[in-house]
Amino acid sequence: MPVPDTQKSRRKLVVVGNGMAAGRMLEELFALQPDAWDVTIFGAEPRVNYNRIMLSPVLAGEKTYEDIVIHDDAWYAAHCVALRKGEAIVSLDCKAHSVTTSGGEVVSYDKLVIATGSQPFVIPAPGVNLPGVVTYRDLDDVKLMLAAAAKGGRAVVIGGGLLGLEAAAGLQVQGFEVAVVHLMPTLMERQLDESAGYLLQKAIEASGIEIITKANTQAILGVDKVEGVKLADGRILPADIVVMAVGIRPNVAIAKAAGLKVNRGIVVDDAMGSSDPDIIAVGECVEHRGQCYGLVAPLYEMAKIAAARLAGNDEALYTGSVTSTKLKVTGIDLFSAGDFSEGKDEIVLRDPAHGVYKRLVLDGDRILGAVLYGQTDDGAWYFDLLKKGADISSMRQTLIFGQAYQGGSPLDPTAAVAALPDDTEICGCNGVSKGAITASIKAHALTSLDDVRSRTKASSSCGQCTGKVEQILALTLGGAYAAATRKPMCKCTDLTHEEVRGFIISKSLKSMPAIWQELAWKTSCGCASCRPALNYYLVCAWPSDYADDSQSRFINERVHANIQKDGTFSVVPRMWGGLTTPDELRAIANVADRYKIPTVKVTGGQRIDLLGVKKEDLPKVWADLNAAGMVSGAAYAKGLRTVKTCVGSEWCRFGTQDSTGLGVKLEKTLWGSWTPAKVKLGVSGCPRNCAEATVKDIGVICVESGYDIHIAGAAGLHVRATDLLGHVETEDEVIEHVAAITQLYREEAAYLQRIWKWVETVGLEYVRASIMNDAANRKALAARFEASQKVYRKDPWAQRVSGREHYEFAPVATVAWIGVEEGATV
Amino acid sequence: MNAVTLNWFDIGPLTAIPRRGARTVRTPRREIAVFRTADDQVFALENRCPHKGGPLSEGIVHGAKVTCPLHNWVIDLESGGATGEDHGCSRTFPVKIVDGHVFVEMTRAIAA
Repeated sequence: MPVPDTQKSRRKLVVVGNGMAAGRMLEELFALQPDAWDVTIFGAEPRVNYNRIMLSPVLAGEKTYEDIVIHDDAWYAAHCVALRKGEAIVSLDCKAHSVTTSGGEVVSYDKLVIATGSQPFVIPAPGVNLPGVVTYRDLDDVKLMLAAAAKGGRAVVIGGGLLGLEAAAGLQVQGFEVAVVHLMPTLMERQLDESAGYLLQKAIEASGIEIITKANTQAILGVDKVEGVKLADGRILPADIVVMAVGIRPNVAIAKAAGLKVNRGIVVDDAMGSSDPDIIAVGECVEHRGQCYGLVAPLYEMAKIAAARLAGNDEALYTGSVTSTKLKVTGIDLFSAGDFSEGKDEIVLRDPAHGVYKRLVLDGDRILGAVLYGQTDDGAWYFDLLKKGADISSMRQTLIFGQAYQGGSPLDPTAAVAALPDDTEICGCNGVSKGAITASIKAHALTSLDDVRSRTKASSSCGQCTGKVEQILALTLGGAYAAATRKPMCKCTDLTHEEVRGFIISKSLKSMPAIWQELAWKTSCGCASCRPALNYYLVCAWPSDYADDSQSRFINERVHANIQKDGTFSVVPRMWGGLTTPDELRAIANVADRYKIPTVKVTGGQRIDLLGVKKEDLPKVWADLNAAGMVSGAAYAKGLRTVKTCVGSEWCRFGTQDSTGLGVKLEKTLWGSWTPAKVKLGVSGCPRNCAEATVKDIGVICVESGYDIHIAGAAGLHVRATDLLGHVETEDEVIEHVAAITQLYREEAAYLQRIWKWVETVGLEYVRASIMNDAANRKALAARFEASQKVYRKDPWAQRVSGREHYEFAPVATVAWIGVEEGATV
Repeated sequence: MNAVTLNWFDIGPLTAIPRRGARTVRTPRREIAVFRTADDQVFALENRCPHKGGPLSEGIVHGAKVTCPLHNWVIDLESGGATGEDHGCSRTFPVKIVDGHVFVEMTRAIAA
């Protein structure tokens, strides 16, 4: 090829990689210096530079390859760029200033740009090399998927991130039945918080794609082609094609082999320079200030700086990128940007009826991050405010409503409702207007929220408009309206405990993010007050579906022991009905000796308490007690604590029935259950009541003719004698009645509300009607209790001894001595 | 010499700490609680509540705060300070995550 004279003075620029970063960098460079460089570019793919982020529309059939080409052959020719398609660079010699191609050719350079991008991360599982397992990175991958689509069948996508979900949507369009397997509990957890992740999962599932979270892929199955995916829990998902989309890894091989500084990516400074002065790196292969990027905006920013540097501008600096994310899936609107860590100041807006969730994370008067789902029009505006570090204090009140709402003066909530026209829809779920509510209040002399709910249905579905309805009541009734009767669960919601419980059942809410979103929580992720309550409500409502969240439990329930003032724990083994044996006592004594337990005490509930156990000894203490046949006494639980008994007819000359035996049976029925607050029982063999059953949550007094069942006693801060609920004749009846009472209490009381308080709230007559006078209801309650107990009547100690959450008990590390101790105090 | 040497100590993989939970690091002078939030931020504090010395590592983690298991003081994980009406501060230590491992800077942890 003849070389024009002008080119002789040109410096030689070699670019390794022909992806989007390299292409953009050349564009920027030619804009600055059209004729300064003699450019050779090596691309491993046998084609020109195309828009890789538009592969999803190609897969979905919305675009063709031609549509997504960025630089066609004419562009390279026009800029005198020698494009070497399909030629990879296999090595780099920094000293000789040369690279070697896969064909063995050595090409020298004055300046080298490494833009090798990244490669898909393939999980190290057996079977990943089977035909039919594809990654999702380039056009060839898409072609493979499209070819497979001709045959149809089932596709499994491993990875529920941005790429995986786009692949899943595309494959579905191509006719596959698709399942997405994701390791983490929520989708796109790097770009979304739990609430947005919940909405996204709901939308994707509604489109017919199966989502399996917390799923660890163990193996890809198949003989000579892929046939399925096996998960760690044993589930097998049949598959005709498996797409691996778990993440990307920077391509650093040649840089590393050449001795350039490489961590996760090729390390570059703010000038995009590598550790070699003549080598620049850009794109997904680099690591800048500890950060690797996989989105296009940062790559373009890097490309701009790299080009400026090549053109001789020593001032150009790349200082890192704030990134934003959108998902290119039809029908799904999400946006996230910046830092949306928990625990910072935040503004949350949810519209459950329309599947909208918006969250802005603030630091003082600046926006740090934004997560938008369902309504993303303002994403760009927030992102702009975020990048500029704009002071938002003047629009803080209305910021979350978006750009269109700025400028007006914020109203106080009641004035805002007063200003609404009568035809404004207040309750989106049931389509009730402000005028209809006002008219109904006047026409039917309604005075409370409940009245409005039953009359108009407003605020009775998701409860999000509760505040507005209350304001309408206040406006309509004036001073006559007293709102104080309702007590919201916590600052995260306007709903009461009772209302939240009702919605959990009526709307089938089975996870905390589902509750937060569908009931319009005002915070992104609850608080220390509502999380334990919600966890209990979910455990109670969905015993077999809901996975208990131990991190939402108080430490005592998390480690099945009671924390003491010095951080040690006390351990109480169960003694059924207060009975023990010489062998059990010996085992307890041995444990006390072996683990140097300083205090052994008899409790008020007829148990033995081992006090001062070190946390790391807990599993060993339990194992020893388990070995002697004892299980957790649950002395820590919002659940059944003890059934206290007297000796009864077996020994006592006054005993009328076998109170000890009945106590054991009751304890064997109730143990392990979770309840709103602790539950203590007593069974006395005669009305002399030695077991003090009449100050227990549930007490049984044996009499000649059978058994009196008492409820709602208390002997703590508050002392209260029980109320007699009713009389039954047999032990079996006692057990059924007690199980039914417990279940009614479990289903209806607020978290932390003891039985006596609950009975005083709902009235003894209500409980009597539900339990004593309605046999069908009682049997149904007892059956629901038993269904739940099938899950929870298990010894938590044995589960922990066998290894569940074993990490809880040992320090993660022990630092015995640090070498510089002397120097540090100088 | 007055140069302060930084003592970054690898206490193990991030995944060893449960989300919305904590693990402890034992040192000769004091126990350190290393917290991991739901979104994988990590904080290290002395494992003592400024109120009555309660083990903060056993508390419920919510956002970037922990509620002490003994008397429900709420401690800000970033500053170590008590929030709300309560006053007091737990010592904090610098932390960083490198290649999925949590490093705690121990210079202050070994000082008296």
